[in-house]
Amino acid sequence: MSPLLEVKNLNVNLDGEKIIENLSFQVAQGEFLTILGSNGAGKTVLLRTLLGFLPYEGIINWQQKLKSGYLPQGLTQLKLKDFPLTVQDFFALKNPVPDIEEITKFLHLVGLKKDILKKTVGNLSGGQFQRMLVAWTLVSHPNVLFFDEPTTGIDIGGGETIYSLLQAIWEKEKLTIFLVTHDLSIVYKYSTNVLCLNRKGHQCFGAPKEILSPERLEQIFGTEIKFYEHH
Amino acid sequence: MQFQLIFSLISGIFIGGVAGYLGTLMLSKKMSVVAGPLAHLAFPGVALALIFGFNISLGVFPFVIIGAILIWLLEERTKLPMENLAAIIFASGVGTALLFLPIDKAEEALIGSIEKITFWETTVVIILSLIVFYVIRRLYQKMMLMNVYEDLAVIEGINIKLYNLLYLLSIAIVVALGVYLVGGLITAALIAVPAASAKNVSSGLRSYKIWAIVLGVISVIAGIFIARFFHLPTGPMVVVSNVVLFLISVIFRKRSF
Repeated sequence: MSPLLEVKNLNVNLDGEKIIENLSFQVAQGEFLTILGSNGAGKTVLLRTLLGFLPYEGIINWQQKLKSGYLPQGLTQLKLKDFPLTVQDFFALKNPVPDIEEITKFLHLVGLKKDILKKTVGNLSGGQFQRMLVAWTLVSHPNVLFFDEPTTGIDIGGGETIYSLLQAIWEKEKLTIFLVTHDLSIVYKYSTNVLCLNRKGHQCFGAPKEILSPERLEQIFGTEIKFYEHH
Repeated sequence: MQFQLIFSLISGIFIGGVAGYLGTLMLSKKMSVVAGPLAHLAFPGVALALIFGFNISLGVFPFVIIGAILIWLLEERTKLPMENLAAIIFASGVGTALLFLPIDKAEEALIGSIEKITFWETTVVIILSLIVFYVIRRLYQKMMLMNVYEDLAVIEGINIKLYNLLYLLSIAIVVALGVYLVGGLITAALIAVPAASAKNVSSGLRSYKIWAIVLGVISVIAGIFIARFFHLPTGPMVVVSNVVLFLISVIFRKRSF
């Protein structure tokens, strides 16, 4: 597989503090990369750097024109409750505005019905809201998706989690996904590769089973972590 | 006399409508209070106009617009909230003016003078209101997304810097117009109150916008007629009408949580 993204000797400093140090990795087209790490390890910073929001030193090389879909950590339902937006209004904030058939198609893909369009975003259930956000991200046909900790482990209905939904879409739409999380269980289940970060500058990169030994996990998370392997 | 009333009504309707419309954006950016400090910047302008004997509005516009541009420049540099910067700009403008200018003479700027508006002023009000209305309409969806989450707006290819500038200039013009209508002291009400009432009674973006414009217009018409009938000052009466409509909207508030 040809690499979609090449990162070499990446350094990111914010307010004089080294957040990311000498990081190098490659991501191929169609990969499901999980970025793993404890709080404050720089996961969100890395994601926002890859998206072009933050200044950096080193090389970030996208092989094709990046058309990104992004779900930031802070985009919560609580935040959106301040806005008198229906689901349809929320989709209309996209640039360009997608047509109704397109929106409906992606709502179906994430398991939502068309009649949700008229509902106020603040009045959706937690699961509907998560699904709606995924559809909102997909509707502009991105080739790379960036998800920053979609609510961990939330049951979005029908026995599904946001991760199994993401994986289903990943397989169907042949996307490349960057997922930030500190939820270990999903790493084994879904990702093709793992990139781990921690505050002390320890990094690892590779397939989950190859690199995630108990010792390594302890390095990332400290001694508290229990080691589970999922099949 | 009747012509005078018609001029006041027409210009009042345009100002009230566009202020209500703009207010919906400002409320969702949580900065509807910014109009207050900006409007107070009108006072030094009015005082200067009084000293040198030129038209008051010529004093108001430059001050308010320069204020808006300064807020924009400082926001770009410091990333402080616009609300905070507005307070700083306001304090420096008015503070300096109080040192040197006969600001106590600028009474007219305190409560507005819509009942004395001339034909030409009315024409200018209409043209400016229409321009601002058009600009807000063009930037509305993009500003809304910026208000929801700025990173998403960047991903959607929105030029944040440019839109913030256009937005602040629109605020400046509406505020300057508001100073005509109700005076610098309470201009913020024209922007903040209709949007708040509209949010109470609407469940989607479209009805939110329409209600804010309609309530802005109604409060101006009601304010002008009631003030005339009871021989009260017009500007304050417009604001009181706005507040009454807000209280009514609280009763009809849509249930949400």
